[in-house]
Amino acid sequence: MRNMLIIAKREFKGYFATPLALVFIVIFLALTGAFAFYVGGFFTRGNADLVSFFGYHPWLFLLLVPAIGMRLWAEERKSGTIELLMTLPVSTLDAVLGKFLAAWAFCGLALALTFPMWITVNMLGSPDNGVILASYIGSFVMAGAFLSISSCISSLTKNQVIAFIISATICFLFTMSGAQLVLNFFQGWAPGYLVDALRSMSFLTHFDAVTRGVIDIKDVVFFGSLMVMWLFLNVIAVELNKGR
Amino acid sequence: MAEMIALSHLTKRFGPLTAVDGIDLSVNKGEVLGFLGPNGAGKSTTMKMVTGFLSPTEGSATVDGIDVTRDPVGVKQRIGYLPEGAPCYGDMAPRGFLNFIADIRNLSGIARNASIDQVIERVEIADVMDQPIETLSKGFKRRVGLAQAILHNPPVLILDEPTDGLDPNQKHQVRTLIQQMASDKAVIISTHILEEVEAVCTRAVIIARGKLLADGMPEDLLKRSPLHNAVEIKVSPAAADEIAKDLASLTSVGQVERSTSIDAQTLFSVTSKTGAPIAPEVAAMLKEKGHAVSDLKTEKGALDAVFREITRGGSAAAKTETANA
Repeated sequence: MRNMLIIAKREFKGYFATPLALVFIVIFLALTGAFAFYVGGFFTRGNADLVSFFGYHPWLFLLLVPAIGMRLWAEERKSGTIELLMTLPVSTLDAVLGKFLAAWAFCGLALALTFPMWITVNMLGSPDNGVILASYIGSFVMAGAFLSISSCISSLTKNQVIAFIISATICFLFTMSGAQLVLNFFQGWAPGYLVDALRSMSFLTHFDAVTRGVIDIKDVVFFGSLMVMWLFLNVIAVELNKGR
Repeated sequence: MAEMIALSHLTKRFGPLTAVDGIDLSVNKGEVLGFLGPNGAGKSTTMKMVTGFLSPTEGSATVDGIDVTRDPVGVKQRIGYLPEGAPCYGDMAPRGFLNFIADIRNLSGIARNASIDQVIERVEIADVMDQPIETLSKGFKRRVGLAQAILHNPPVLILDEPTDGLDPNQKHQVRTLIQQMASDKAVIISTHILEEVEAVCTRAVIIARGKLLADGMPEDLLKRSPLHNAVEIKVSPAAADEIAKDLASLTSVGQVERSTSIDAQTLFSVTSKTGAPIAPEVAAMLKEKGHAVSDLKTEKGALDAVFREITRGGSAAAKTETANA
């Protein structure tokens, strides 16, 4: 626990030692704003809510979260620092969780910096702030799920570009698995339970439920168990691949 | 003496490749063990298993009585390890990096600051404490890596090629540092620089193709050299034939090789038959017969030659073994 926090602290500071943090946050804020105002029609909708803002988060995270996660392990393996890290008196679990927490906290920071959206909508009307809070939590948890996928994939390769592309693809599949586009493909022949299972794996379905203001236990369990599973695979992947 | 490191039939296979093949070894407190071997001999792999980075395929490694596979974190607490190439987090400055290591090593309070100040002084990195490590020269990077390894004053120190790529002054510094710390630690250093073994090690092992081929004090290994205690004599070409005859008549002399030096003098390289010192006998003979000699020096034998002989012999033996099997 203690070691995990020390690793997380070092990792988190590391984001700010390079322009990475600045670039990421600026792009994230610019894109969330642009999508909410221009694509989502924040003003023309005439509703005092942030649906047009949160609605695009899965799509933004699809690209931006793997960009954060791709370096977590691939860089350590490429530069050889993994040998330093894994011969310090820390367990693999500490290292995996510490790195994950740092990246997740960084996503949280980027998300928190979108607070002007919340101020704007409160000045323009009287939105349901409970729904907005639930949406923020949902968005943060979804980012964590994307990140756990990216972190795991990152430990499988030394090449950050490969890590990015594979992570983004897997994140895309998880996001889209509930979309009619994908389901139509299966509905003709696959048994009903398989289609239902696929639909239930969709980030969009679960995220939409949360942004409507209901934090349902099943959505929490969904994202939570997904993170646990990917981070568990991450620990195994680090153990197996560290020496290569 | 306390046994700090014990390897028992330590083996590592990567698929069909056997990188380390049943190594038995023990290192006591106060010893500096030089790990010699050609590239790819299995030195680094052995060290990685001792430090708990890789798990052995067979056999075991214990550090201070603790089995690495049973309690890896316990072993890692007792070891200071400098991996090959001294990898460090390039975007951190040495100050931040050493603070991170101190945190992980659970150093706190006054002891923590004292340790950090002490290593900064020992490896002489005070001037670069706030520069990103990636901008430092190779010598400084290596020293930061060393600082990281010795920060917690570990009882076991494992250094993988600690002086590789350093200039002669820096090499000397690092060797002095190792000697200073050696008295209360068990130290393993790997190297393929043979002078280093003579300079810092109390014991040397030679490993090739994953097998331990020789184990002894550097002087003992030197004795295996055919040139050990050989004598080189420089004389004028006029008297050369007569001297050659007289040299051959000495019973302790093995082979006599004759060559011409750059300044047109004749050089005799005289080996000892048994390996025992022959210089006094040769000198007495020359004096007695009244030969004029312009130079006479004793060879200690090059560790290089021993190393080549042992490692080549090892690979040839391994080949015949597989051929027979």
